This record gives sequence, C-alpha cells and structure tokens, in this order.
Amino acid sequence: MQKYSIFSLARNALSRHENWREAWRSPEPKPEYDVVIVGGGGHGLATAYYLAKEHGITNVAVVEKGWLGGGNTGRNTTIVRSNYLWDESAGLYEHSLKLWEGLSQKLNFNVMFSQRGVLNLAHNLHDLRELSRRVNANRLNGIDSEILDAQGVKDFCPLIDTSLTLRYPVLGASLQRRGGVARHDAVAWGFARAADALGVDIIQNCEVTGILRDGDAVQGLETSRGTIKANKVGVVVAGHCSVLANMAGFRLPIESHPLQALVSEPVKPVLDCVVMSNAVHAYISQSDKGELVIGAGIDSYVSYSQRGGFDVVEDTLHAVVELFPMFSRMRMLRQWGGIVDVCPDASPIIGKTPVQGLYFNCGWGTGGFKATPGSGNVFAHTIARDEPHPLNAPFALDRFTSGALIDEHGAAAVAH
Amino acid sequence: MLLIPCPWCGERDVHEFHCGGEAHITRPAGADTIDDAAWADYLFMRQNPKGLYYERWNHAHGCRKWFHVVRDTVSDQILAVYQMDEAPPDIPGRSS
Repeated sequence: MQKYSIFSLARNALSRHENWREAWRSPEPKPEYDVVIVGGGGHGLATAYYLAKEHGITNVAVVEKGWLGGGNTGRNTTIVRSNYLWDESAGLYEHSLKLWEGLSQKLNFNVMFSQRGVLNLAHNLHDLRELSRRVNANRLNGIDSEILDAQGVKDFCPLIDTSLTLRYPVLGASLQRRGGVARHDAVAWGFARAADALGVDIIQNCEVTGILRDGDAVQGLETSRGTIKANKVGVVVAGHCSVLANMAGFRLPIESHPLQALVSEPVKPVLDCVVMSNAVHAYISQSDKGELVIGAGIDSYVSYSQRGGFDVVEDTLHAVVELFPMFSRMRMLRQWGGIVDVCPDASPIIGKTPVQGLYFNCGWGTGGFKATPGSGNVFAHTIARDEPHPLNAPFALDRFTSGALIDEHGAAAVAH
Repeated sequence: MLLIPCPWCGERDVHEFHCGGEAHITRPAGADTIDDAAWADYLFMRQNPKGLYYERWNHAHGCRKWFHVVRDTVSDQILAVYQMDEAPPDIPGRSS
C-alpha cells in the first residue's frame, strides 16, 4: 500500500500528481474464496478488513452489485454517536465509537471524523424524562452523556431558537460531546484500500443472483460475473437483505422503506455541532464543504424505489425552519433517498442464519453509519469463529423467537 | 407524492392515508399449542418483496375505510385496488 503522508504528497506534487497509484485493485473474481462478503458498503468493507487484519483470513472477496459505497454508505447524514438506551446497544455502539476514534490513523486514510458534539432535543416533559433516563443509562455504561436545560442548549448552539413562543419549544437536550460526523465516502474508500492491501479482492459491478446450497450448508454464490464458491458467505446488503434471504430460503423480520436526506447550497461555517430532534423530526449538521446536511423521515410504506415522497421532505423542513429561523431562505441543492431495512425493535440483526456458513448483518434501519467499524469488527469475528462476538450475541435472529427484543425506538433518531 | 386510489373517494394524496402494511397475514390457529417459532413467524416475519406487494391502506383523514392495494415496490406503481374481504387478484403478466 502506498502510504499517504505529507512527504508522499510533496513527492507527488513534484511530478504533477500524475504518479499516484490506484487505491485498490480491480481483480477478476477467482473461482473460490475462503469467505465472500456480499455488499461493498462501509459495513461489508469493514468486515473484510477486520477478517484480514484480526483473524488472518485474507482469501476474501467483497462483491458489490454497483460501486463501492453507492448504497446507504453514500446516502446517510454521517452522524456518529453511541447514546443508546439498553446495555446491549451501548456495548455495540460504544465499541464502534472507540474504533472511530483511531480509525484515520489505523487506515492511513482521513475519514474526517469530527467529534463536534450531538444534541438530542427535548420539546416536552416526556421528552425530557426520556432523555434523562437515557443519559443516566449511558453514564452507567461509561458513555459520555449529559443533560442541558434550554439555556444550556442556547449556549452550546446559539442558532437554535429556544424562545417559548415556538409551537414545540426547546426545553432541554442531551449532549454527547464525543459524537459527531465523519466523511461517509472516505470511510468506504479507507476500508477498501486497507482491505485490498491485506489481499482482499474487491469486485464491483458483480450482482449476486443466487445462493448455492448443499443441504443446509452454503456452497457459494451465483453472480453476474460467474459462480464464486465459498464455504462462508457474509451478507451485508442494506436495502436488499430480504431479497438475499429469499434466495437462501428463509424470511427476515424486516421491512424496507425509503429514507430521504437533502443538502443545502454551501455557506460559511454557521453550525458547529449536530442537532437532532425526534419529536419534531429534524436533524441537521453542516459539512466541511459548508452544505447543511438534513435528514428527513421514512415513508410509511414498503418500497425499493430509492426515492421518497415530497411530503416527508416538507415536514422536515418545517421543523428545521422553526428551530433555525435563519435557515428560512437557504436553498436546497440536492435531495435523495436510500432504502433502509427496518427491524421491529429498531436494532440490527448480526449473526448466524438457518443456513450453515451463511451469516447476515442487516436491519440497521435508519442509523447504521455510526456503527460501521464496530459492525464490521464483530461480524468478522462471527464469520471467522462461526460464533458471535459477545457484543453481537444479543443481536441474533433468534431474538424474535425468544422475545429478547432490544427496543431502541427512543434512541433511533428517525421514527420507525 | 403518491396518489392512492381510495375505492370510495377516488385518488387522493398519500398524506391522507395510513399504510397498514402487508396484507393477508392470518393469525395462526391453536394459540395454546403452537410454538414460539410459529408466533415469531406470525408477529415479525414479513415477505418484504422487491416487486409485487399486496398491502392494506386506511383513508384515515377521509372516509376512514380500509382497503387493499397491489403495488410494485420498485416503481411504486399501483396495479389494483380491492376490498378487505376479497382474495388477492392476479396481475396479468406478473407473478407474485
């Protein structure tokens, strides 16, 4: 791997930047691998990276039907935080946040992780009580989290209108100072480059059309670029997990919905933290390019269309403009949708399936980006050892049979 | 914006409707005897198809009646509307 540094930058500047090597190879698929990962988004690439890095399994392919990070990795609003309610979630998301904190150095790729603080606003007494409960739960789990009153919110983020004349006035907020944002594309590219350097084959434009089975065990995949054999297959396909499960012959407790986001025209730095509100449904941050990045809600119906209704965008912008009157004349530049796979308890499924050697990592709903490194890390462990990591054991598919659900509807920013 | 064809009120904005999700899910018989897997299948497991989808809608801010819709989940095109007590219709040229 060509190491990126100030010196390599200077050296390449002398040759007019014409001699940079490609960040990863584009090999033809081999007939057989030890492990094949389906899905070249952040979670899939992270899984391949940790398989090679921590478990010494390098005969690995990542197959992606489109281009790297072209699904939900490139469509989310890049927020990273770990302030979830239950112990199981706290373990998983905090594991991920700790990995984020050293990720740029480990990958030798700047993922632009910026711990600028995440506010979750409360607009009524119930919100305040719910947030206080969550903050207390976070602190018992060793996660930084604090409660602000309305004045504290105003001090931390002066742009927010905290006057009591609002239809839904801001009464307070929880604040996770270690939360923030990262550059979503860079996360996919950084993991891809580091995985490729360890020997992982990254195969784009390769769509899975069937899952080969011998009785109860997986044997490989039929793809648009031929048959690829493997005794272990990890499926990480946000937006299509039910389709892949159907190929393997079982059902998932998942429904797929469009989730939209939008960005404004770029402006000078005005907003230096992340602001989220479940109650009025708005979340917003400002990218390093200056665009306001705004997350909208999901459409209530099942759809794979990768676009949502304008009424959803309208509702979100109502809330944003009420909270931030100064944004009322901002023009929106782009708007798009991604398909999110939603579980009944708003928590993901990471683990084994009824098919031997076939593992699923799915159902992240509206909030998977924050978990990218941690999800890949525990999923790699699950595949390598054929048993879950202690952190993802509670997130097994069989919790829907046992009843041990992990209800995170309150901590998920987007109402499911 | 989706226009939902209510059988009683005609095409109306999706904003007026509540989506009731997958249709034709039947509560299993023998609640005292069936096992946890059967309950999980009924309560949580869903078809979630990419393509033809049979679903329920309620005209919540209109006539408040329930009805069934057949929709393609890739294009969101609505292909048929039918009553709550009717069997799912076949869509010519399409397999469910």
